[in-house]
Amino acid sequence: MNCRCLASLGAMALAVGVAAGLMSPQPIAGQTQSAQPKAAATPAKPWTGKTPEGVPDLQGYWTNNSYTPLQRDANMTKEFFTKEELAADEKRRAAQQEEQTTPGTTGDVHYDFTQFALDRSQTRLTGNLRTSMITDPSNGRLPARVGADAGAAGPGARGGGGRGAGVPGAAVGAAGGGAAAGGGARGAAGGGAGRGAAGGGAAAAPAGGGGRGAGGGGGQYDSVQNIPIGSRCIWTASAAPIMMPPGYNPAYQIIQGPGVVMILIENQHETRVIPTDNRPHAPSSVKPWLGDSTGHWEGNTLVVETMNFNPRTLTGTFQGTSDQLKVTERFTRIDEDSFRYEFIVDDPKTWVQPWKGEMPFVKINGPVFEHACHEGNYGIANTLNAYRQEEKKAAEAAKAAQPGK
Amino acid sequence: MRSRLWGFAIPLVVATTCSVMLIEVVMHGQARGGAQPAGAQAAPAYRAPRTGDGKPNLSGIWQSMNEANWNIEAHSADFPRFLNMGAADAMPPGAGIVEGGPIPYLPAALQKRKENYDKRATREGDPEIRCYLPGVPRAMYQNMPFQIIQGTEFIAMAFQYAGALRTIYMKPTPGPADSWMGWSNGKWDGETLVIDTKDFNGLAWFDRVGNFASDKLHVVERITATGPDHLSYEATIEDPQTFSRPWKISFPLYRRKEANARLLEFKCVEFSEEVVYGHLRKVPLN
Repeated sequence: MNCRCLASLGAMALAVGVAAGLMSPQPIAGQTQSAQPKAAATPAKPWTGKTPEGVPDLQGYWTNNSYTPLQRDANMTKEFFTKEELAADEKRRAAQQEEQTTPGTTGDVHYDFTQFALDRSQTRLTGNLRTSMITDPSNGRLPARVGADAGAAGPGARGGGGRGAGVPGAAVGAAGGGAAAGGGARGAAGGGAGRGAAGGGAAAAPAGGGGRGAGGGGGQYDSVQNIPIGSRCIWTASAAPIMMPPGYNPAYQIIQGPGVVMILIENQHETRVIPTDNRPHAPSSVKPWLGDSTGHWEGNTLVVETMNFNPRTLTGTFQGTSDQLKVTERFTRIDEDSFRYEFIVDDPKTWVQPWKGEMPFVKINGPVFEHACHEGNYGIANTLNAYRQEEKKAAEAAKAAQPGK
Repeated sequence: MRSRLWGFAIPLVVATTCSVMLIEVVMHGQARGGAQPAGAQAAPAYRAPRTGDGKPNLSGIWQSMNEANWNIEAHSADFPRFLNMGAADAMPPGAGIVEGGPIPYLPAALQKRKENYDKRATREGDPEIRCYLPGVPRAMYQNMPFQIIQGTEFIAMAFQYAGALRTIYMKPTPGPADSWMGWSNGKWDGETLVIDTKDFNGLAWFDRVGNFASDKLHVVERITATGPDHLSYEATIEDPQTFSRPWKISFPLYRRKEANARLLEFKCVEFSEEVVYGHLRKVPLN
């Protein structure tokens, strides 16, 4: 019940058009968890746990919940916080979230962070001391884009990994992770919605296909097809890959069977089934939203290679990338309580160099709930219906105001 | 063709009864991998390969091969739900997967099934048209593959349709909330995986003609490998609010044998949106 509530609430939230930064709600799985930060430091003795099949054991319930931005803030010069600095930063960002609704407004009713635990600080945070997810380039920021002049790829254009993309309904927070993914990603998604892609700078430019305006253009609420895909429960950045911390429901479960690793993502109930039995990629004309993933083991590490992304994932959600996008993820169990999640993003048509990043996943209590997002998406119907009613009222008012009446 | 068949059949016919039986026994044994002496039991057991933890290995990509997703009961071919799709959407005939006659609906439930049928192709109708989660047992016989990911503590079933998933808890765990796919606890009974599922939300249908159950639905499934590439699936369906007695369904599951078989992505939300939200467009289509 909780779960359904949150599902519909989340979708409603997204549809009504609150700024993406607000979409930082919370996981149900998280409600039972402690909020103790824990740094995933490399222990002296490597983890040796194996599955019955003899491969490294990554199974369990996990979260990547954090405030760590994809790109280092422009005014940040350090690669790592101290524990004290991290605690202060988390407190600051949590407060920032709380400030985003005005008491006594509708927004505040829907997004009372304390009421529904829609707040990252209320679930376990990973305790990531990094000041950005990006580790390479060493400045913690995305490399320059192909064909862009140096300025275009600078901090200003990229939106600083924060909020304020200024796209109403940026909906896409949906992307929940979109919030963490920086202004670029969010701007791009907004663009797909047929809105001005105000926040994305260079990244937003190729964003037209994101919402697949099957509605034939027009305003965001003229038809469902003009609403961003996150609000429609089609895509979430928590699954992408790369798997970004979602604003809410940041719970994951990994189950391993012979020759296969499955990652269940609570947010929008995404499932990644990754074969590790040398099965080939599907033909390149098959283009899933989450890309086509195959995995293999390198020592203690699961290496997952993903390509052939759906063009709408590329343009609408993931930094405006091209059909050459390839994502390599590396999962390495550190200890009982954590694994390290590294990623390499390579798209020679988009960036002048591949870029790398990492974040920890830490254990949480289960279970992962069935997040029946689309099934409980009352927000879309209610919002569209409200717009139609408003239009009807406006038309009647206009008619009444005509001379001669 | 016919003459070649006859050429093969005649020697068999003229052979002694004894040798015919011998041939059958040999062939039978080969089909089952030769592990069991045939004839001793009515249904000689197949012993599946084992996982690392010693359990029958049911891993793989599986699919039913029947018409139950159209109608789980025996049925003739019928008109399409969407007339403009013509024969492509016409219902193929099926012998059904329900054991022993019609589904024992209580009178009120039978009435509801009729109502479901009448609205099946509308926004209020079959959840499949809206890309909603399929529920259990429907997920097991939809016309798309699913994959069993077999761990020790958990066994997952990932379905191509709508990215649906069942997580089967092999350490019994109480369900925390009702849901589309229900809450599944599993255990091994020799060669058989037994799954007990309840805590449904009562919104799923069994098929495209409106067979259904309430949130009191309780499904007990038994899944057994009968060969390297076949599973036997049977389920007991119980719901005192909907049916006058428990009843059973059964059918085989077949392994997808293609060398490049993969569980692909069928994210159907966007395909369903005109049905679900089309009436709320500013400018109607057409």
